[in-house]
Amino acid sequence: MSKSHRGAIVSTIVAVGIVAVFGTAYAARDKGATGTSITAVGSTALQPLVEAAGEEYAKANLGTFINVQGGGTGTGLSQVSQGAVDLGNSDVFAEEKEGINAKKLVDHQVAVVGIAPLLNKENGIKNLSTNQLKAIFTGKVTNWHQLGGKNQDIIIINRAAGSGTRATFEKWGLQGAQSIQAQEQDSSGMVRSIVATTPGAISYTAFGYIDKTVVAASVNNIQPTNKNVSDGKYPIWSYEHVYTNGEPSKPVAKFLNYLMSKDIQSTLVPKLGYISIHDMRITRQVDGKVVEK
Amino acid sequence: MDNITQKLMQKSESTKKDSLGKMISLAALILIVIVVVSIFAFVMSRGLSTFITGGVHVKDFLFGSTWNPSVVNPQTKQPYIGALPMIIGSFLVTFLAAIIATPFAIGTSLFMTEIAQKRGAKIMQPVIELLVGIPSVVYGFIGLTVVVPSIRHIFGGSGFGILSGTIVLFVMILPTITSMTVDTLKSVPRHYRESALAIGATRWQMIYKVVLRAATPGILTAIVFGMARAFGEALAVQMVIGNAALMPHNLISPASTLTSVLTMGIGNTVMGSLQNDVLWTLAMILLLMSLVFNLIVRAIGRKGEMK
Repeated sequence: MSKSHRGAIVSTIVAVGIVAVFGTAYAARDKGATGTSITAVGSTALQPLVEAAGEEYAKANLGTFINVQGGGTGTGLSQVSQGAVDLGNSDVFAEEKEGINAKKLVDHQVAVVGIAPLLNKENGIKNLSTNQLKAIFTGKVTNWHQLGGKNQDIIIINRAAGSGTRATFEKWGLQGAQSIQAQEQDSSGMVRSIVATTPGAISYTAFGYIDKTVVAASVNNIQPTNKNVSDGKYPIWSYEHVYTNGEPSKPVAKFLNYLMSKDIQSTLVPKLGYISIHDMRITRQVDGKVVEK
Repeated sequence: MDNITQKLMQKSESTKKDSLGKMISLAALILIVIVVVSIFAFVMSRGLSTFITGGVHVKDFLFGSTWNPSVVNPQTKQPYIGALPMIIGSFLVTFLAAIIATPFAIGTSLFMTEIAQKRGAKIMQPVIELLVGIPSVVYGFIGLTVVVPSIRHIFGGSGFGILSGTIVLFVMILPTITSMTVDTLKSVPRHYRESALAIGATRWQMIYKVVLRAATPGILTAIVFGMARAFGEALAVQMVIGNAALMPHNLISPASTLTSVLTMGIGNTVMGSLQNDVLWTLAMILLLMSLVFNLIVRAIGRKGEMK
């Protein structure tokens, strides 16, 4: 065997060794650390709530860490069903997401989010029926004067396909119809600033993002308010789900109880723009069936 | 055996260090190769599964013009996965940005190397280097707050589109092309210039008949590098292009690029589903394109030299 060959073999062993060290370090991650760590991944709409609640929880229970990451509803559901994380945050029922085996997952509904159509102030419209919404987003109506507003072309701004907000809006605001291809933005803050500055623009966000720069239109003459959602009058809203893979382990269950506690549900939840799950006077099932509580 | 013979027979300290150094650098090389190969293998295996397990035809993917992976076409029983709008969008912004940036880059670098060498070295060089270092999100943010509203005022519409993307990318790749062109112009031998001037050429004749001609392969390489950067840029483009997976009809209607669709969609799809796989296929196209850009650079370097 020549010398250069031997060198190559040794180098390969060293390289493989480095990979192995990283691998072992990865496999042994967190195991030496004391205390428990709960990881939640998923919906960016639910992220602020779980994050804030997690911080409070960690303060009250020293040694427990709640690690919350975004990534989107799809990421949350697939990670939790693979068992990679403890909690998967989602804006939609797991049954509604393609490629997810919902049978393994346990649903914990921790809050409700209402979604309102957002309009630019100059459109001259303050109320839209669900039929009008459907006509706008399927491209049948292209100018605001057709709906009694100004002579201004309609500019549709969607959230990314597959986002929870968009799925909810299409299901309940557009009666299940798909929006036509239009421009897409990947955050609610961005959507609001574009709607505020673009004449003719229409989009939709969670109630928490509504401010004076835009018009939050009534739907079927019902104002988008928390009360109208919890009374079951306003149609476009969704549950915020936290999924666990099977029944939660003890520390996870304790944290979920904390999320559902009256303390959090009456302070943090409304403060961050969500609607408390305890305020809901109705429940809605996966198939859309609404039952009075 | 005496002492000297023994010493001569053994490996010296320096030889040992020499082989140790060799081993360390070889190990680093092998590690990099492993990383590159595994990235390729991963992206390929994910990307190709669209066609293998998803049963999608390559032709439908490359030339279909409807992109909506979560909806199934009732006629063909296949989801709408036509990636042509994004492919065209990507190439359009890349080429337009390169076409606009090239004259500016060549002009700037000529000024720096041929006309005002001292000021060029003192002022322009640091400025260009600074521009290279600005993170792309900053460019995107400026595009969103300055370029998009201006376009909206001038042309109407929403302001998002190919034109906004082109303008942002033009500013982003300008420093890349400029600094590489400067290096090329500097490497043109001094005696070329001296000979040109000696036979009576004016400065401008010297520049465009001799210097630019001698530097052509280098400049082309610079442009291709700039295009590679533009093609792979995700964040800044995503912020200003509007992200509508539609065939671009004009420069001011919302469009999308391969990268913008990727960053928008990857968090909203489930790993292993077809919607996720098609995104990996887009990533595969991006990877293959950067390979093509590299091959072009090599081909220019090999064949373009002045004879």
